[in-house]
Amino acid sequence: MKDNTILRIATKTMIPFIIVFGLYVIFHGDLSPGGGFQGGVIIASAFILYGLVWGGDEMRRILPRWLSDTLVAVGVLMYAGTGMFCLLSGYRFLDYSAISPRNNPGGDVWGMNIVEYGVGFTVSMVMITIYNEISEGTVPEPGEKT
Amino acid sequence: MLDFFLINIILLAMVTATAIAAAHVRNLLAATMLMSIYSFLMAMVWTNMDSMDVAFTEAAVGAGISTILILGALLHVGTEEKPTKGIHWPALLVVVATAALLLYGTLDMPRFGQKDTPAQLNPVSISYIKQDCPRVADWNGHHEGEVVYGKGDYYHGHAPNFVTPVIVSYRGFDTMFETTVIFIAGMSMILFLRRRRKPA
Repeated sequence: MKDNTILRIATKTMIPFIIVFGLYVIFHGDLSPGGGFQGGVIIASAFILYGLVWGGDEMRRILPRWLSDTLVAVGVLMYAGTGMFCLLSGYRFLDYSAISPRNNPGGDVWGMNIVEYGVGFTVSMVMITIYNEISEGTVPEPGEKT
Repeated sequence: MLDFFLINIILLAMVTATAIAAAHVRNLLAATMLMSIYSFLMAMVWTNMDSMDVAFTEAAVGAGISTILILGALLHVGTEEKPTKGIHWPALLVVVATAALLLYGTLDMPRFGQKDTPAQLNPVSISYIKQDCPRVADWNGHHEGEVVYGKGDYYHGHAPNFVTPVIVSYRGFDTMFETTVIFIAGMSMILFLRRRRKPA
């Protein structure tokens, strides 16, 4: 579809705004509707839009598979790691007051934000992975490069 | 109040029409687009009911990403549905029975906007609403929509949008394993659908 000028120009103009809006939704998850899940989906849709117009190979050139696979795991690790950090600091699992014990409710905000970023990483990268895998042929061909 | 009901009735009529059309249409591409429209209309219904988080999720996930993923799947299966003959009576029976059960279940639900439901009177919701949300009528006599900053007893450093603390703090375990479910979904896509590397 990259021969179509209107599509090319329109997507190139829109993608930065989509990504910024997704980041806004994640960062303001505690202030406004939305959060890691919705923001992650919005960021993933920007990459998928790029992949739809320029083709999956071009999309995987800017976001290679090793990176998206790693970030899927990093997101869950951020969530579970926050819980383990609280546990190892002598609090209960996912008791965010462990993050800044002196300024007690401040820790809640930090904990919730870190956890939301983790959810955002996992959701966006899983959506990109699903798109990657179903947009290609599903039949494994032995002679084919990955 | 009347306009609220009018908007709701119009929206729900459009939702029903879209759902019937999506079930009826033979072209899968058209059905996908109708499902996307259905999601957007449902997002409007949620907005009308003031549940912004649900509306946001419906618009982003239901109308956005799932449409794109279904379109990706349609690339492989083609866009024409196989013609079916007649009505499948057992399936119709199951659908009607499920719908009757669901409608029977709604008889037990409190009316929309009722004040003294268990969900409103639960100490947990009261504490979250009082602490975290400056925009709701609180229990100290402030009116709805009035924003009272710097009062000190509702904003204990928590998030003002009290859906987020409920989701990631009060029900943090739940959300953690939801994230794990999404992680497992991604892993299974990689395991089952990724093309194998060339055997060395």
